[in-house]
Amino acid sequence: MYEYNQFDRDFVENRNKQFRAQVERRLDGSLTEDEFKPLRLMNGLYLQLHAYMLRVAIPYGTLNSRKMRQLAYLADKWDKGYGHFTTRQNIQYNWPKLKDVPDMLDALGEVEMHAIQTSGNCIRNVTADHFAGAAADEIEDPRPTAELLRQWSTDHPEFQFLPRKFKIAITGAPNDRAVVKAHDIGIQMNRNEAGEPGYRIIVGGGLGRTPMIGKTVREFLPKEDLLPYLEAILQVYNLNGRRDNKYKARIKILVHETGVEEITSMIEEVFEKQKSLHQAPPAEMIEAIEAQFLPPEFDTRPIDEDKLSKIIAADPLLRSFVETNTDLHREDTHTIVTISLKPIGGTPGDATGDQMRVMANLAEAYGYDELRISHEQNVILPHVRRDDLPEIFKVLKDAGLATANVGLLSDIIACPGMDYCALATARSIPVAQELSNAFEDLKRQKDIGPLKIKISGCINACGHHHVGHIGILGLDKAGVESYQITLGGDGTETAAIGERTGPGFSYEEIVPAIGRIIDRYLELREDGSETFLEAYRRVGADPFKDALYSSEAENA
Amino acid sequence: MARAFTPKVVTANALLEGDVIYMKPNGEWSRLHSEAKLFEDETEANDALAHASEQASLLVGAYLADAVKRKDGKPEPVHFREVFRTKGPSNYPDHGKQAEL
Amino acid sequence: MMSILVRDNGFAEDRWEAEGGLFIDLEKFGQDVAEKVSENTCVDIPNDVHIDSLKGLFENAAMIRIPFPSFADGRGFSLAKQLRQHGYEGTLRAVGHVIADQYGFARSCGFDEVEIDNDLAARQPEDQWLARLPQDDLSYQNKWLVEREGRNF
Repeated sequence: MYEYNQFDRDFVENRNKQFRAQVERRLDGSLTEDEFKPLRLMNGLYLQLHAYMLRVAIPYGTLNSRKMRQLAYLADKWDKGYGHFTTRQNIQYNWPKLKDVPDMLDALGEVEMHAIQTSGNCIRNVTADHFAGAAADEIEDPRPTAELLRQWSTDHPEFQFLPRKFKIAITGAPNDRAVVKAHDIGIQMNRNEAGEPGYRIIVGGGLGRTPMIGKTVREFLPKEDLLPYLEAILQVYNLNGRRDNKYKARIKILVHETGVEEITSMIEEVFEKQKSLHQAPPAEMIEAIEAQFLPPEFDTRPIDEDKLSKIIAADPLLRSFVETNTDLHREDTHTIVTISLKPIGGTPGDATGDQMRVMANLAEAYGYDELRISHEQNVILPHVRRDDLPEIFKVLKDAGLATANVGLLSDIIACPGMDYCALATARSIPVAQELSNAFEDLKRQKDIGPLKIKISGCINACGHHHVGHIGILGLDKAGVESYQITLGGDGTETAAIGERTGPGFSYEEIVPAIGRIIDRYLELREDGSETFLEAYRRVGADPFKDALYSSEAENA
Repeated sequence: MARAFTPKVVTANALLEGDVIYMKPNGEWSRLHSEAKLFEDETEANDALAHASEQASLLVGAYLADAVKRKDGKPEPVHFREVFRTKGPSNYPDHGKQAEL
Repeated sequence: MMSILVRDNGFAEDRWEAEGGLFIDLEKFGQDVAEKVSENTCVDIPNDVHIDSLKGLFENAAMIRIPFPSFADGRGFSLAKQLRQHGYEGTLRAVGHVIADQYGFARSCGFDEVEIDNDLAARQPEDQWLARLPQDDLSYQNKWLVEREGRNF
């Protein structure tokens, strides 16, 4: 866990003072609303449909108990007792008042957190693999690099007024849990033939109106070249990205219109210049960052496997939880626990202040004081001993946090949609709730198997619908909510954009329509081991289109 | 051909509180859609919007939203987005304006 | 419209033309501009110009002026940075809609001064700009610069 040094503390304090002054200057007329808006966005403050919304960064998804308790405190004091974990490792508060926001930011500063650059046309909160430092398949922990990028991008004088927002994600494992190919810049840690560590750099991915899978511009970049290389990419983008049309302003459009070869040579040309001039941070500073992400001293005393398996076998709910909500840890005495924030019928990603405190207590008691937030809107205890699982499960169950549905149908990603968002064209949360209710039987969900349903309430695709195995996009068709379905999307290392099935469905029709897709999958799968995505890749879209549209006609 | 004018209310978000507000017949602002003035004349509606847009120290993002006259003479929103704005989020019936209705 | 110059020591009147300086427009003179440049000229360049087409100006232009049509258009920051990276040592002036909150960014990217109109100067008086001097504007970029080169602003 990175701990702030004096400079980090001074920086955040100074930044919060600036924001407090900006609020006052908005009220006294020094700043127009047009001028204030980008400034408040850069500090995470939106004006949404019903109220202001404050988006707080959880850099690379890493938290400890103290920070989680402070998030609970903010929820209780300035919101309505809950917070919403987003699809980009942030937490959002939906009900702050403008005059309270400077105090909220100060409260965050007390626990070394901030809301800087969680919005605006600048480099956003850098996201990383939520299993970083714990996963069995990891080559290297991406978080020291992510922290370096947090510092580099924060208040970078050249890149605060880009053509559009700019998102960076990084992973250190071959299994991509950070969706790096759907980011403006995706970074995969790798090694060259000599075994030296470096990065593969992917540019121009993104979802939104024009979904694109990122293109590799550098197969191997030596570690020390990372910042000058990113500066080169950003400089090329800042000078050449389109500013005439906000829907064409992301770097993916520049890459697409310019061509990968040409953009690569533009980047390399600027990089040559940057490399010799770049004001890189001192090496000691990078080493100091790395030292703060060393793994905890794992308690590796042997586990009484007989005893543990008997306890698990005796409790079907616990057994189900262990099967569904845990992942392989690099230490075989340990496991990774994913706490689902998707209770049946609940709002995806919401947690009450009390639930946050329960998770903080568990991290402290059993998890080396570490917590992670995933882009799938769940909370993770990255390091727990396997023989602590029964006790952890009991505590989670009492707090309503033990839903054993991770990776299953009801583990739905949904953006806030028109229940909160000023940009939304339709609701997404109630669609998720109704789907979850319609498939409430977890045994049935398990039989259906791994399935990622992702719902966005507008074309901006915050709900990542393009990379859902089943994607749902809510639109406004002539004053009525209409939901388009895409199939076959994939946000992992085998990334793919889902294919649209055809005409949309009304709010009332969308849940039954998804039901018909599931039924068709169950009919046509070869056996229980063929997942929905595998079956889709084998048979294509036609059988599902048939289920969607011809049976609808029959039932009419 | 220009579209025929349909009745409108002037709406915005309050600068300090952030919540949805509507212009009343006396030019002041209400949290309730039912208290909004329904503009049935286009010029009058545009003038009211221009007046609202000058009140930068009170509100943000004023615009005209379609509304119709209910039987009791009070305005009612037309588009579902405007209906949600009068209520609050559908996943928490006790949050937002609907809590007080 | 009258204009005000913002520098690290506060607001000042623009004395450039009064003291015999000239403004010449790169777009108007195109290829011939290099011949007209001397130590009393300031070249106005558009913010979408490629750095290579400015190379002939470097040695002689006393000042280069980069426009900010809107404070949200950040191209001028990168262009200023590029000019410095390519060795331009004369005065760099930002002109147009730059807000006080951006003063530290402008200075860190290589600008020496910012030219704003009277209306903006009245709305955002001197103290709002002086609150954002680069040396007070804590930034990781500046910190690394100081730590590496032991130099200060």
